[in-house]
Amino acid sequence: MSKRTHVTTTINNKSVDFLCEPRQSLLEVLRDVLFLTGTKDGCNDGNCGACSVIMDGVLVDSCCILGVEAEDSEIETIEGLAQNGELHPLQKAFLEQTGMQCGICTPGFLMAAKALLDKNPQPDEQQIRHWLAGNLCRCTGYDKLIRSVMIASESMAEA
Amino acid sequence: MHDFEYCAPDKLQEALGLMATHKGSAQLLAGGTDLIVFMRARSKRPDLLIDVKKIPELSELQLDKAGLTIGASVSCRAIYENDQIAGKYSALVDSTTLIGGIQIQGRASIGGNLCTAAPSADTIPTLIAYSAVANVVSDKGERQIPVEEFCVAPGQTILNDDEILVNLFIPAPAPRSGAMFLRFIPRNEMDIAVVNAAAFVELDEAGQNFISARIAIGAVAPTPLFVEEAGAAMIDKPVNEESLLNAARIARDAASPINDMRGTVEHRKQLVEVLTRRALYGAIERARGALE
Repeated sequence: MSKRTHVTTTINNKSVDFLCEPRQSLLEVLRDVLFLTGTKDGCNDGNCGACSVIMDGVLVDSCCILGVEAEDSEIETIEGLAQNGELHPLQKAFLEQTGMQCGICTPGFLMAAKALLDKNPQPDEQQIRHWLAGNLCRCTGYDKLIRSVMIASESMAEA
Repeated sequence: MHDFEYCAPDKLQEALGLMATHKGSAQLLAGGTDLIVFMRARSKRPDLLIDVKKIPELSELQLDKAGLTIGASVSCRAIYENDQIAGKYSALVDSTTLIGGIQIQGRASIGGNLCTAAPSADTIPTLIAYSAVANVVSDKGERQIPVEEFCVAPGQTILNDDEILVNLFIPAPAPRSGAMFLRFIPRNEMDIAVVNAAAFVELDEAGQNFISARIAIGAVAPTPLFVEEAGAAMIDKPVNEESLLNAARIARDAASPINDMRGTVEHRKQLVEVLTRRALYGAIERARGALE
């Protein structure tokens, strides 16, 4: 068996180091090694976006990245979205608008939406729909999700 | 996933040495959006993964007078987010914004798309239409391969086991030229092409006649197909419906698609004609925009 590799990285602004085998995906490392289980395992082949995290400012599917590739990078996961016990405006909007049902896709949608608002704080509906095309939800039919993102964007502009 | 070793050299020479010693059992890792999925499905089982993202030559993205150099590991997103490149190579934006969703575009590289060599690859027809050349090296030397010769069968490239694709070079488009890539899928996003097509045209000073044209189509043959004769038939011909239809019909006749869950032979052939004509229209409009 390959030796486990020592990886040093930053997750949600905290320096983290872990041991992993080369064959473990970043998703597996997050969930099974670091117990950051907010990031979800949906399809495990890059189609559904449930495992979305932000890596060095870029929205990615953590199932399509190896844990060893995280060396020296900065990763944002759902666990870092609420700050000091205060929900992120996106989380509030998802709650208030019922932008979820079963919740499996929710962390991925939130991270994807955060990456969008980081880049474009005032997206229009079409831009949101296009950006979220890589996130699948089997419950809601998307309208409430999209509305949640629009409302979060408005509330952040007012704040 | 099976067990394997991983390394991430920061020197091209080191990667070349590893490729030479691990002949056939090493695999290069760029974005990983194909390779990691293939490995999980056990259709690829390399003993060694060589991550190339730290090698400067493969991370280069350089636009100058001669043209555009795209390092083999550069992501789709890095290409379409570069305004200068996006303004000059609009068909490249058509392709890179259509691949997967935002998550995939942030990792997937054009070099990787080419090396995966899928018949339906969405960047390859565009590269062919733009006359792109693949720069390939091994520890024995280097060679330049026109992209239309790069794929030899589904999932197979012309590369030897010890060779590395370093970058793709796209010559600067001539003045009064334009290009467009189009894909047909039954939904709006996130699907594999039923058919795709790219067209490049260069117009004369008045914008009335074609000086040159290149057409490439995908998902209708074992490899993305350069339909040289379709473009050749347009040279010195007037910019009108007849020239476009003629070229589109040549492309249709060149296609040799299969029936599968995405489409039938007849549907695909029809799509080749329609997409080729529309891509030509778009390319002409963009060339005329460049004219003004």
